[in-house]
Amino acid sequence: MSSIFAQRRQKLLALKALRGTPTASPHAVERCPSCQGEFTRRELVAGRYVCPLCGHHYPVGAYYRLSMVLDKGTFRELDEALASADPLEFPGYDSKLEQAQGRTGMNEAVVTAVGRMGGVKVAVGAMDSRFFMGSMSAALGEKVTRLVEYAGKNRLPLILFSASGGARMQEGILSLMQMAKTAAALEQFSRRGGLYISVLTHPTTGGVTASFASLGDIMLAEPGALIGFAGPRVIQQTIGEDLPEGFQRSEYLLEHGFLDAIVPRGQLRSTILQLLRLHGKEVDQDGK
Amino acid sequence: MANENLTPTQRVALARHPERPGAEDIINALFTEFFPQRGDRRCGEDPAILGGVALFHGKPVTVIAHRKGRNLEEHLACHFGMPSPEGYRKAQRLMEQAEKFRRPILTFIDTPGAYPGLEAEARGQGEAIARCLAISSALTVPVVAVVTGEGGSGGALALGVGNRVLMLDNAVYSVLSPEGFAAILWKDASRSGEACDVMKLTAADLLALGVVDEIIPEPEGGAHKEPNTLYQTLDAALVRELTALNKLSPAALAAGRYKKFRVMGSSAVRKERL
Repeated sequence: MSSIFAQRRQKLLALKALRGTPTASPHAVERCPSCQGEFTRRELVAGRYVCPLCGHHYPVGAYYRLSMVLDKGTFRELDEALASADPLEFPGYDSKLEQAQGRTGMNEAVVTAVGRMGGVKVAVGAMDSRFFMGSMSAALGEKVTRLVEYAGKNRLPLILFSASGGARMQEGILSLMQMAKTAAALEQFSRRGGLYISVLTHPTTGGVTASFASLGDIMLAEPGALIGFAGPRVIQQTIGEDLPEGFQRSEYLLEHGFLDAIVPRGQLRSTILQLLRLHGKEVDQDGK
Repeated sequence: MANENLTPTQRVALARHPERPGAEDIINALFTEFFPQRGDRRCGEDPAILGGVALFHGKPVTVIAHRKGRNLEEHLACHFGMPSPEGYRKAQRLMEQAEKFRRPILTFIDTPGAYPGLEAEARGQGEAIARCLAISSALTVPVVAVVTGEGGSGGALALGVGNRVLMLDNAVYSVLSPEGFAAILWKDASRSGEACDVMKLTAADLLALGVVDEIIPEPEGGAHKEPNTLYQTLDAALVRELTALNKLSPAALAAGRYKKFRVMGSSAVRKERL
């Protein structure tokens, strides 16, 4: 796998993973938004954007996330050029899309790819909450559906990292229909024996929770992630009382039976490799 | 005012009209021997989903509908038509039974959305809806969905994965209620009127977008003015749809439904130059 192409692919992914992250000095002081503790930027980056003091998981971009889990030099992006066409001609959406695309260097809030983990070929997708809060557009639904179909056709395990604020309001009903489309594709994939590992990251809410994110054979989540259908503010307004501490967090979902495990970011790759082995895939010993 | 001149905001008001025919009215009018089935067989019963077996022109069908209730007590019990996970899991159970006994499924959609409550989240509202979508997508019996009132968010779509999706003339169907939409996008729920104008939530809009297949005309001034006229029109439409779908093989029914939703929003996607 150390062909010149693999090296170039790895460099490209590393470059993309860096895009949109602040170019602060490694000695700059960072303050954890959760525990308020202080540490250097170098420590934060070395710990994969997990607070070295309290374990708070910072949101990370899609390319960075994929670079963390895939074998080096194996990332090959699918449908990179798919983007939203502003189907409802919604006022102001066009320019907001352009801004988001310029800022993130992505065309949509999900990156889908084929790659290898421990030498095992996998279909993998990661959502990026910096792009329209990771909301579900028709283009996002289409990319996820194509990934599921690709995995089915090539008999690959499917791994999806979700992060979403819910529906893309500017695409209205067509956003809603993506829930049915992705769920249908996953049902077909599942009936043909496909393995789907769903990893929920902060935040996973709304239509993504009520469709593809909740349909994994194996359900994993990063610690402390907000996961739910309705947003906490809406629930609070509906019931008119304060919500309990930790409500709709990963730990709450685990306790209520909706997750198999909570996995810290540093152990995600090894956990997925173990699951691949347990499903009969021949994973390299060192996982490369 | 003639129905075709109504604004989206006026249609939202008609879709929510307190006298608009609800689940019980429609079921009583269109079916005989309705046997309501209760409970999700896991932990509870949610009256906001009314479902069971009935005869439609003498043949057994499974009926699944959102229920708002007809008086305050019922409204409260039904959370004003907003189902909890128990309701969606009951719907899943009824869908699987319909598959087992080879009964067509007719659904009637009328909900502001799934119930946003603490217990609903604790019991997995998102998972319950997702599983409804997955199960209904693969059924090999005919499924006809009718949006009769408000079709709000994933809570509506959970009953909406049909081979054919019909919509009453003054019904609305949207990603979220206009109030919720305005609150999220503009941080101001009072701008719901404005939201109605841009959301493309009327039957005519949705027909143009390919989300619904057919519009069921309503009597002048709305369905509640002459419910019996509506029931006749609706009955005729359902007979027509089921007759056509009954000619298809089980595999063709599942494949047709998959294809129908597979292309949803395909015009909403373009290739970006990189």
